[in-house]
Amino acid sequence: MSDESMVQPGRWNAGLPESIFTKGAPGRRGLTFPRWDGEPVAADLPAGMRRAEPADFPSLSEPEVMRHFTQLSNLNHHIERGMYPLGSCTMKYNPRVNEQIAALPGLADLHPEQPVGDVQGLLAALKLLEESLCEITGFAACSLIPAAGAQGEYLGMFVIRALHLHNGHPERAEVLIPDSAHGTNPASVVIAGMVPKTLKSRPNGRIDLDALRAAVGPRTAGIMITNPNTLGLFENDITEIAAIVHEAGGRLYMDGANLNAIMGKVRPGDMGFDVVHMNLHKTFSTPHGGGGPGAGPICVTPELQPFLPGPWITAGADGGFTLENLPGRDSAAIHSYYGNVGVCLRALAYILRCGGDGLVRVSECAVLNARYLLSQLRDILPVANADQCLHEFVASGVSWKNEFGVRTLDIGKRLLDYGVHAPTIYFPLIVEEALMVEPTETESKESLDRFIAAVRAIHREAATDPEVLHGAPHTTPVGRMDEARAARQPDLSWLGPCNCG
Amino acid sequence: MPYIPHAPGDIRAMLDAVGAADISDLFAHLPAEVRLRRPLDLPAGLSEEEVRRYFRKAAARNHGQGELVSFLGGGVYDSIIPAAVDALVSRSEFLTAYTPYQPEVSQGTLQAIYEWQSFVCRLTGLPVANASMYDGATALAEALSVALAAGRRKTVIVPQTLNPRYARVVRTMLGGEGITVKEAPVGPEGTTDPEALRALVDGDVAAVALQNPNYLGLVEPVDVLSGVVKGAGAQLVAVVNPVSLSVLKAPGEYGADLAVGEAQPFGIPTSWGGPLLGFLACSDAHKRRIPGRIVGRTEDSRGNMGYVLTLQTREQHIRREKATSNICSNQGLNALKATIYLGLLGKEGLDALGEANLTRIAALRRRVRDVPGAGLPFPGPVFNETVVRVPGDAAAFLAFARERGVLAGIPLQDVPGCTAGDFLVAVTEKRTAAEIDEFGGLLEAFLAGAGKGA
Repeated sequence: MSDESMVQPGRWNAGLPESIFTKGAPGRRGLTFPRWDGEPVAADLPAGMRRAEPADFPSLSEPEVMRHFTQLSNLNHHIERGMYPLGSCTMKYNPRVNEQIAALPGLADLHPEQPVGDVQGLLAALKLLEESLCEITGFAACSLIPAAGAQGEYLGMFVIRALHLHNGHPERAEVLIPDSAHGTNPASVVIAGMVPKTLKSRPNGRIDLDALRAAVGPRTAGIMITNPNTLGLFENDITEIAAIVHEAGGRLYMDGANLNAIMGKVRPGDMGFDVVHMNLHKTFSTPHGGGGPGAGPICVTPELQPFLPGPWITAGADGGFTLENLPGRDSAAIHSYYGNVGVCLRALAYILRCGGDGLVRVSECAVLNARYLLSQLRDILPVANADQCLHEFVASGVSWKNEFGVRTLDIGKRLLDYGVHAPTIYFPLIVEEALMVEPTETESKESLDRFIAAVRAIHREAATDPEVLHGAPHTTPVGRMDEARAARQPDLSWLGPCNCG
Repeated sequence: MPYIPHAPGDIRAMLDAVGAADISDLFAHLPAEVRLRRPLDLPAGLSEEEVRRYFRKAAARNHGQGELVSFLGGGVYDSIIPAAVDALVSRSEFLTAYTPYQPEVSQGTLQAIYEWQSFVCRLTGLPVANASMYDGATALAEALSVALAAGRRKTVIVPQTLNPRYARVVRTMLGGEGITVKEAPVGPEGTTDPEALRALVDGDVAAVALQNPNYLGLVEPVDVLSGVVKGAGAQLVAVVNPVSLSVLKAPGEYGADLAVGEAQPFGIPTSWGGPLLGFLACSDAHKRRIPGRIVGRTEDSRGNMGYVLTLQTREQHIRREKATSNICSNQGLNALKATIYLGLLGKEGLDALGEANLTRIAALRRRVRDVPGAGLPFPGPVFNETVVRVPGDAAAFLAFARERGVLAGIPLQDVPGCTAGDFLVAVTEKRTAAEIDEFGGLLEAFLAGAGKGA
């Protein structure tokens, strides 16, 4: 029986899919299991241990599930659809061969409790990745275990704390953090049992040496620096900064979020840093996957190496590898096993594909792309210290606000209508109406030119019809969301009707 | 370099626009004293085929669960992965999308996370769940932090029957905050001793973790233990294998305040233990306290229902040093895999999955009982894992079985309540009757050989 009210003509991809809980019908199956072909056996589970009510799941067939999630996918912006100029996020192309490799039998189907003899090829690959990351960053030792950049920060803070405790300095618990830093930095310090201390930076986000000299002392555990900083500017005084902090007895942590700008040009280890974390899902091309999983390995100096969590992958004289778990090292366990191994394999594939020369080219073209965009947009989006920007820049939309009454948020939302993801906005906090743009090296000149044309078109719209920006986006599957309502009356799980039977 | 589009002509044109003669000029302002004056000491770049060859060779040196027969578990399982899962998650719309901070162009990711949260709530019997955590171990540590943040008490209790890998992570992550971590002892039956727990739960205990089934595979007396915990005014944090919630009592049914666990068996490869999929659910009282991303349903400017990241004032990018967690990602793609898996599984499939595990572990235990010399030191009810005991050292049997292509289990010699002869054996819906019989046959062969002094 048909019901004509159920259908109406519309644009392709218009309309949101219903909840999966309203789909299907009792009795449908999307997954069946091999029949038990042994002798019958009774399950040994007393009734009192069983759940009273089965979990209310909907019942869908495989084609219905495929269609549901395919329809959902059509609502997403993604790298293969268009540009993602998100500052500090390094949204570069994710090579497909990496996915093939991580899924190979003999890699994807390894169990973490297998004997070490079963995983020799894997350990060789992970060791090669460790060594490659050490070469890229100029360090002696690497831990691949942190499952994300934030966990890398935490582990980095943890090993610095462990060093000071080992040296009999529990009072060294203050970590200096410039006010331009990402919010994870202070949160990581606190969770590692230390105290963050904000360091006011200069207007260009660079460290103020006088403020630094005044801030360090016998309680200083270290400093966390993002270099290049969140404005895309290199800390030109880094050697002196390192000397001041080291002289005071502290250690230097580098947030490697912006490593994509400097590969083969400068290395954190050579600048005087003691620890760096890398985001494999940024610099080394592993997919963001709508929010994860990524990976955040850290590299450290020989002094900090003993405090890295076990197990350590150790090469034997016979070409084999062992997993060493010396006493005490377990105390730094931050993951059930060895972190996001599948992500690490993808990153190694990328490094092998690029090679040393290729990685240098990556950074060169990432910087060239940012500088080209900047050169074509700075008349309408001014950028401080423009001639020193590396892979990203932070423009100020303050003139748009004053002249046209449109905010940076409106610019970002209107870009969505032009098929471009919004840049990072209102970060870092030290730039008014900040608009942070990082094109990455995988955008072509034509793609950059389209972005430039879009921004200029939006600038004209702002002058002639600012309401178009205020109401943007207009062409997306949904408009601006009522975020206040979402937070005030949280609806966090489907409680509506369920075709659960 | 096929990943970089720039032709020489493009570079020239762009440099001209910038006003630079050469690409190296863009780096000329970097301080001389820190410049790398040599090429990176890495091999030259390879073609895609050469990269694939390197990894094929590396993979060929490994021996995975596809080649062997695996009875390994302990939180990560050799489960069936339906083809539809990989087909859907390899769509670039999911794979290459960023965190859904722009909801207008991220409704696919957002609705999928909301549906994941909904599935987790239904499984655990709790009203709130987040978008995911790195793994079960970090999810537990974070849940204990939530319970600690809810009051002034400064002690948490973890049972000796907790996965030791989880216990280690808890000790690291709670170690920096002046928190005491105590252990509740295991009783002779391999489960947590309620009376010993009662003696430990004093007025400073903020939370007690309870793993069910526990690390030894045994179903804990959850109602009794929950009563002890609640009676002392502490929070109960359940650590559960979500597959077991097909049949076992849900955390919400026995009064858990928070529930965490590892959802890898829902369509995610074991991948040497990562990336995994931690989940975290909680009572309504904790919803503004839990870490991680949360998706909520709301309305847009055009009156459509849609989804957004919400309750963000909990998170580090707003609260900075006042945040209780520094987590700033979620295991997005793995949560998507699990959501697709659960969508395929459905209500009847969930029941079938639970019964398939119960049948296979019962068959394995029956087979072990028939082997002279082998034993089941803890015969209480289990879901999909059991401890098996051999005389002497379990490592000798595990090596014997491995030589014959079987990953027979995880040694337990350092686990409280266990002996050197104990090991943990897991089944999943994937194990066949023949494989389970082979496991018994290996035990027989090993013990017969050992009896002859072989």
